[in-house]
Amino acid sequence: MATPFWGSGGFMLEIKNLHATVNGKEILKGIDLTINDGEIHAVMGTNGAGKSTLSNVIVGNPAYEVTEGSITFNGKDLLAMKPEERAHEGIFMSFQTPIEIPGVSMTNFMRAAVNARRQAKGEEPLKSTDFLKIMREKRKLVEIDQKLMNRSVNEGFSGGEKKRNEIFQMAMLEPTFCILDETDSGLDVDALRIVAEGFNKLRTSETSAMVITHYQRLLDYIKPDIVHVLIDGKIVKTGGPDLALKIENEGFDWIKAELASI
Amino acid sequence: MKSEQQYIELYGEVSNLIKQKSCDIMNNVRDAAFASFEKVGFPSKKVERYKYTDVDAYFAPNYGVSLNTLEVKPSKYIFRLAESPIDLSAYYNTIADNNDGITALNTAIAHDALVIYVPRNTRAEDPIQVDNWLRGNTSTMVNRRVLVILEQGAEATIIMNDHAEDKQRFLTTQVMEIFCKDNSHLDIYEIEETTPLCSRFSNVYINVERDCTVKHNSITLYNGQTRNLCDVVLKGENSEVTLNGCAIAGGSQRIDNNTLIDHRVPNCTSNELYKYVVDDKSVGAFAGKILVEKDAQKTVSHETNSNLCASADARMFTQPMLEIYADDVKCAHGSTVGVMDETALFYMRQRGVPEEEARMLLKNAFMGQVIDQIQLQPLRDKLFVKVEKRFRGELEKCDDCRLCK
Ligand SMILES: Nc1ncnc2c1ncn2[C@@H]1O[C@H](COP(=O)(O)OP(=O)(O)OP(=O)(O)O)[C@@H](O)[C@H]1O
Ligand SMILES: [Mg+2]
Repeated sequence: MATPFWGSGGFMLEIKNLHATVNGKEILKGIDLTINDGEIHAVMGTNGAGKSTLSNVIVGNPAYEVTEGSITFNGKDLLAMKPEERAHEGIFMSFQTPIEIPGVSMTNFMRAAVNARRQAKGEEPLKSTDFLKIMREKRKLVEIDQKLMNRSVNEGFSGGEKKRNEIFQMAMLEPTFCILDETDSGLDVDALRIVAEGFNKLRTSETSAMVITHYQRLLDYIKPDIVHVLIDGKIVKTGGPDLALKIENEGFDWIKAELASI
Repeated sequence: MKSEQQYIELYGEVSNLIKQKSCDIMNNVRDAAFASFEKVGFPSKKVERYKYTDVDAYFAPNYGVSLNTLEVKPSKYIFRLAESPIDLSAYYNTIADNNDGITALNTAIAHDALVIYVPRNTRAEDPIQVDNWLRGNTSTMVNRRVLVILEQGAEATIIMNDHAEDKQRFLTTQVMEIFCKDNSHLDIYEIEETTPLCSRFSNVYINVERDCTVKHNSITLYNGQTRNLCDVVLKGENSEVTLNGCAIAGGSQRIDNNTLIDHRVPNCTSNELYKYVVDDKSVGAFAGKILVEKDAQKTVSHETNSNLCASADARMFTQPMLEIYADDVKCAHGSTVGVMDETALFYMRQRGVPEEEARMLLKNAFMGQVIDQIQLQPLRDKLFVKVEKRFRGELEKCDDCRLCK
């Protein structure tokens, strides 16, 4: 199967010289990354390299502080926006560790999220019956059980159910730029296929994504156009899909060796 | 200045008038109660059970004291004490503690009492609803006295709603004596939805005999300063008592709940769950004591007070207490004070839920647990809506309050 590439040439996400700290410690040490409309970028790298930090900075997690650099999204200054405004612009992050929210049902949560997005676009809130119909359709797409929808957000969900629930939320919100932070971890083989195929069905020619993973098996389904390697807060290598295969087989030592020899 | 003085002077001026308007059963104990008030005065913050509320300060302003007769539409189970068809002297003022200055003041100047009386083996099919509307042209003090009697085998749900007109200051004292005779079942709700100009001091005394189930629910949705005391004495075996509380404070509101459950006999159960959300610069206080006396073997008791401090300036005092003199008991108590879960807030915001809305959802979820326990379904549904409105800041507009229509 050929790698899908629907790029229309627009710069969706443009990150320049991004530095970020958490609790005063510098984690991102100058990231440059451009993701065009329709492109899938895989980001791989050692544990603790800063992949999740990069994701969180893009979506505006207040726990992380940007000390230098810029991020624009469709030409707009992302760093000046609140997290919810970034979401309304079409950015979605599938959390590496989804959060449990006791007492808030999935249905109410999704209703609040969908209607907030509509309001931001100047649209009327959805009628309850329409909303429930969309919930049902999207649920089918990722094969997530109705009974999870009546429970509190992620509360008591298994690891795999939580990841599936992230993609379900993505389906509900129809983002144009998705960050999948280790969405594959915790999923069994069948669940991985369902979730990845669900993601592919949701994509349009404009959707782009940053897919963070440690394993090739996800990239077999969600085929990257470009693969980056993030080590110690910097993107140290960028290549095509083969780079992921090589890392799968050989790990990161050869890259570290290359870096040391410079 | 000590604020007792003006009430002592007031009593001198109006006690005769009060006695004329009142009835023997109340007048018989009036002077003694006044003497007690003169002696003990208002409780200072040095009094253990009043340490979170400066009572004197709330009684200091000059209020006009309302001596209007209760407007009671007599119905099947409700009447004025003065018009009681039965002799209730065995009940009135027998469990209220007149060593408490507020109770003593109430006993001295209340000239009428509301009685809810459910006869033997009678089940009040519909909830008995009492709506209190505070209104007046000047700052007004209201002293409300309530007597609730469930005779043997009686069953009732009682809802007491407190509302207030929003342009006036009100000071309310309430003393409620509740008698649950053998095998009676009571579910009582006190719902305050007043205004920041209101001060409330409520002392509730509940006597529980054998084989009873008693649920007292204290719900403070909107208020100024509220001080609720609830004392329960378990006097008969195999009874179960539940005290639930929902307290929502914002602005510079204050809510102080003080409870005591006294297990005097074996084989009783008590459950207590009080939840607070304190926001802005508000102050919440909870002190709840479970007392298990030496004969009260096989007591089972659970007490929980959990609180959400939604702003850095809000304050919460919590003091769950357990005092046990029996050896074969199962008792647990605990309290928590938490802040907004920042990770949950961020998660919701990432999905596009605006921060204010996300905060509201979390506060609502937190309070949901106690509203969920309300058995009366229509009331539960209504309170879910009200609590959400409260957190959205929409309750102040009180759209369903007939005073504002
Ligand atoms: N909230 C935080 N407080 C303190 N340190 C943090 C916090 N978040 C991240 N870090 C630290 O920042 C570094 C980068 O973490 P990050 O989660 O971005 O790594 P990662 O590349 O996603 O790793 P993994 O592959 O294990 O998910 C780590 O050393 C981590 O301990
Ligand atoms: Mg990570």
